[in-house]
Amino acid sequence: MKYSKLKVISNKKISTDIFVLKIANYCDNIQPGQFYMIKSWDEQLPLLRPISVYNVEVDTIHFMYRIVGEGTSKMSLLKKGSNIEVLGPLGNGFPIKQVKGKIALVGGGIGIPPLYETAKKLLELGNTVDIYLGYKDELFAFENFVDVAHNIFVTTENGKEGFKGYITDIFKPKNYDAVFTCGPEVMMFKVRDMSEAQNVPSWLSMEKHMACGVGACLVCNCDTKKGTLRTCKDGPVFLGSDLL
Amino acid sequence: MNRLSTTINGITFKNPVIAASGCYGFGREYNELYNINIIGGISSKGLTLEPRQGNKGIRVWETASGMMNSVGLQNPGVIKFISDELPFMESIGSVIIANLGGSLIEDYIQGIELLNETSVDFIELNISCPNVKTGGMALGIKNDIAFEAVSLAKKASKKPLMVKLSPNAENIVDMAKACEAAGADSLSLVNTFKAMAVDIKKRKAIFENIYAGLSGAAIKPMALRMVHEVSKNVTIPVIGLGGIYSVEDIIEFIMVGASAVQVGTANFTHPMIIPDLIKGLEEYCIREQIDNIMDIRGII
Repeated sequence: MKYSKLKVISNKKISTDIFVLKIANYCDNIQPGQFYMIKSWDEQLPLLRPISVYNVEVDTIHFMYRIVGEGTSKMSLLKKGSNIEVLGPLGNGFPIKQVKGKIALVGGGIGIPPLYETAKKLLELGNTVDIYLGYKDELFAFENFVDVAHNIFVTTENGKEGFKGYITDIFKPKNYDAVFTCGPEVMMFKVRDMSEAQNVPSWLSMEKHMACGVGACLVCNCDTKKGTLRTCKDGPVFLGSDLL
Repeated sequence: MNRLSTTINGITFKNPVIAASGCYGFGREYNELYNINIIGGISSKGLTLEPRQGNKGIRVWETASGMMNSVGLQNPGVIKFISDELPFMESIGSVIIANLGGSLIEDYIQGIELLNETSVDFIELNISCPNVKTGGMALGIKNDIAFEAVSLAKKASKKPLMVKLSPNAENIVDMAKACEAAGADSLSLVNTFKAMAVDIKKRKAIFENIYAGLSGAAIKPMALRMVHEVSKNVTIPVIGLGGIYSVEDIIEFIMVGASAVQVGTANFTHPMIIPDLIKGLEEYCIREQIDNIMDIRGII
């Protein structure tokens, strides 16, 4: 974990309200599913925003985010050379070395991006990776996922692309050794329950409002069988069967 | 020459910058970011006699130049603090302040008795947490209840007793005087302001407890005013806090009477703020030719 003041390399809109931000890679060991706290504004917005890692290249780290509020809205205005402050990498990330074999990655909405780096690393480790992506209507980053998947399945809520419906309508956990999921809580818990019913372990990447990002302030509480844990430090990835 | 040292109740701090309770855990996390042995003191996460899981639902909400929290004193309990966290704090070499909260006066007393036998330098009595339904807040609002609680705590404590005041007290000066009369060795103020936020889409309060505690730059002018008022009306040392974000903020608090300051929310906005503030204070003293920062204490 390091705190750095950097210049933005690029910040490009790739779809409605979806952007990819690139900064210099100043870290040695970033785990897929980890995140950074990011800020590009003054103290009127006191909190940094947690954004997960989308893609790590030798020289650059890429974040894909959606405009959801004031912070991400300000972030979307960043240009090449703009000042940015980042703290990370933070959290545990997906346990890519604990799993082996045929792995399913299930993403929904803006939970999709961290699965790209995860798929890349799982492939490097010799796993078979199937990817399930649930979008609302417009696809984003889809073409990149094609390169890191053995099989890829897509749903849109209006049926504009892929299957019509939710990703949980077509996801079948039966033949997988492990499932990693990131997206809306309701989707992730359904994926967890479906996987558990087939005795397939699942890991969920939880999202909470955060303040410190490092485990000190205890505002990103996650209720687990082991008690109230910190999403930023003990997570954001939790074993599905541990979550309440 | 140690330009930044300050002594409160016989305990010397290497500088007047203390990490505020609840914003810094027990120091471990920020020690991964920088060597925290530079800090004057650390006020622990608010402890209670028994472990607490804290509040349900959303616990943080950002506001203009501030944030609200409703953590609800999630903590491992005094016994686990002593066995699992205190050894780490001892290894840092800064002043250790055990922040102690609760809902029952008997629990406070038992907590104090356990802490008496440890290396903590101060007990900071939290009579002002807005996020616990019983106890905390009422103690911090009513002078007579506070007087009684502080008297009992003082009787039990072998450590200097720092009482943390709530800005929600009916009258902050009367509250400060009541605590002083009850035997408080020092006062820290202010804790968070009772506040709220509404989710207009869901048509309900953001926080399950409805109200939460507001901190951050938004509260600084009010906190400063209260520190000034209290400092003029008590003789015990006052530790100032509330929205401190800069060296200038610290100087202001000292000029109105604070013997030290606590920095909380600003750690979230600027993760490296504590080393930056300490360095900046040293530079300020050199620039202003001040032998010791306390030379300007209470000049306003």
